[in-house]
Amino acid sequence: MITSVEHRYGPYGGQYVPETLMPALAELEAAWLEANRDPAYTTRLRELLTDYVGRATPLYLAERISERAGRPVYLKREDLNHTGAHKINNALGQALLAKRMGKPRIIAETGAGQHGVATATACALLDLECVVYMGTEDMRRQKPNVERMRLLGATVSPVDAGTRTLKEATSAAIRDWVTNVADTHYILGSAAGPAPFPALVRSLQRVIGDEAREQILQKEGRLPDRVIACVGGGSNAIGMFTAFVEDRDVKLVGVEAAGDGLDTPRHGAPLTKNARPGILHGAYSALMQDEEGQILEAHSISAGLDYPGVGPEHAWLRDSGRATYDAITDLEALDAFQTLTRLEGIIPALESSHALAWVLKHGGDSELDVVCLSGRGDKDLGQVIERLGGVDDAAKPAGDDTEAAAR
Amino acid sequence: MSTDTQTGVERIAAAFADSGKRAALMPYLMGGFPTLEASLAIGHAYADGGADLVELGVPFSDPLADGPVIHEAGTKALEAGATLASTLEVARELSQRLPVVLMTYANIVYGPGFEAFADKLVAHGVSGLIVPDLPLEEQPALLEVLDSRGLALVPLVAPTTPDERLARIGASARGFLYTVSVTGTTGERSGLSAGIGGVLTRAKEATPVPVAIGFGISTPEHARAAADAGAAGVIVGTRLVRAAAEADDPAAAVRELVAAMAEALR
Repeated sequence: MITSVEHRYGPYGGQYVPETLMPALAELEAAWLEANRDPAYTTRLRELLTDYVGRATPLYLAERISERAGRPVYLKREDLNHTGAHKINNALGQALLAKRMGKPRIIAETGAGQHGVATATACALLDLECVVYMGTEDMRRQKPNVERMRLLGATVSPVDAGTRTLKEATSAAIRDWVTNVADTHYILGSAAGPAPFPALVRSLQRVIGDEAREQILQKEGRLPDRVIACVGGGSNAIGMFTAFVEDRDVKLVGVEAAGDGLDTPRHGAPLTKNARPGILHGAYSALMQDEEGQILEAHSISAGLDYPGVGPEHAWLRDSGRATYDAITDLEALDAFQTLTRLEGIIPALESSHALAWVLKHGGDSELDVVCLSGRGDKDLGQVIERLGGVDDAAKPAGDDTEAAAR
Repeated sequence: MSTDTQTGVERIAAAFADSGKRAALMPYLMGGFPTLEASLAIGHAYADGGADLVELGVPFSDPLADGPVIHEAGTKALEAGATLASTLEVARELSQRLPVVLMTYANIVYGPGFEAFADKLVAHGVSGLIVPDLPLEEQPALLEVLDSRGLALVPLVAPTTPDERLARIGASARGFLYTVSVTGTTGERSGLSAGIGGVLTRAKEATPVPVAIGFGISTPEHARAAADAGAAGVIVGTRLVRAAAEADDPAAAVRELVAAMAEALR
């Protein structure tokens, strides 16, 4: 039972939004607490997660990856959810809430398009109007998801400001909400933004870690040494970490985007770089900004990690020492993308490829790793093939040559 | 003039009391837009045209409360090299002529820390501060710092603000209470929202300080209607920023617009 909503995580979090939105945030918080006391809401959500989304997702022992890593590596298969990523857990929960609140219109921001697709899906199911804000650069690199959203009946609203990515899409969504707050609910897709969003999104995503913890105990009879997840805004990571936070021996690792490299300005790693905290999109958290307090542009090959801020609870998990954060470059992520595809027959999202790359790179003294495979990579095919300069047999690992020749 | 001995709060109060108009006129100026020199010239043109106070915006990369025109002006100002320091130099000059209320987003204020930021305001003759993404719940620490220096922390209220909350905001208001006329971001509207009388009446009942209205006031007729509805101050932003963006001689263009609005308020 959820009886209260955190507004602060240590010094981080808060509600830095225009006054126009403050009553809406209070209304949302009250509705969320009320819904969680009502079995009609909680039961309906559980049914949908089981029968519509396909939960529980498997916890899969990836044997060939484990062999490469030198220890057992389990993948939490969020890529097998309906719509192909963890985002649907949150989108459905919030869309059901909007329905209860009597808000007929839904807006959302999206980077990789996974949250946009999940929201458009939930809106189709629940008969809600849906407008998704997306940067035009992201629309280019995640084209299949743009088409999916439109097929699902959503309006994709192109955002041409700034770097034309997730930061600008989020700003556009917030401006829409300021204007249309009376009949509109904003389904924020990450564990970021003003309270109550970080706590609300965490509650809806913690099913990932709750399942994974039970599954690993069942399969291995023990807890993992490490739990690893990628971090953009940080919703799959917080969903994965929450179940393990009290297990002090389980190391929690968040993997940010190092982009072109942490020694360049082209990255998306405010936590890893220990950037000076600041305020973006309603919350005080780690933030990429210049000396003047102007927000910097992030860069990542992965649209979902291409964000200069991060959810406030992650900043506090870092400061309190409970979780550690590291970053993986575009090239390392691309490499892991291909490795998982060739070794396991699983095409991962570029976001999730960052978490996997970290596991392949860092052995440490871990004897058991659980990685959140937050989404599938179909949406990334165009971009990956462009970056690799095409895909042919020569790109296969050496061991496969004889097999190819024998055919 | 006793501007050197008056506190910021006192200067603002005097500007409202002595405007000689039915409502004080407060045009908005984007610091550093289109260039630093031009923005100073525009500020002087506001004073020449009959403004009683000036709201001076510090450009920010991600202005959530602003519509496209002011957002774009801020982006261009940053590209042209505007900084907090250069905007404060504009404030120092303009404050010789009329009270300056600085408008900027929370991240710009948090960077240097409240004390250091407030000291900069005092050093540059600024009288008050508006932070549109710092609602009541996040204000107490900054309010204390500004109070101790006689600077006004001006809060905003919106049509969506319920009465009980409006009373708490009204009680903590310094200088004036900034009433947002519409549910939305800054920008021109063809007509004034029919509801402004309601939100103005509610705001006036909730606070001892003058109540000014902004967001969407773009013509002399709007300004007159706002005064008719009981506003003690009228804030004009986007219309003037657009004029500054489009006119060959921005200072002349805005002087004319401001003069027409001032006339409508007499």
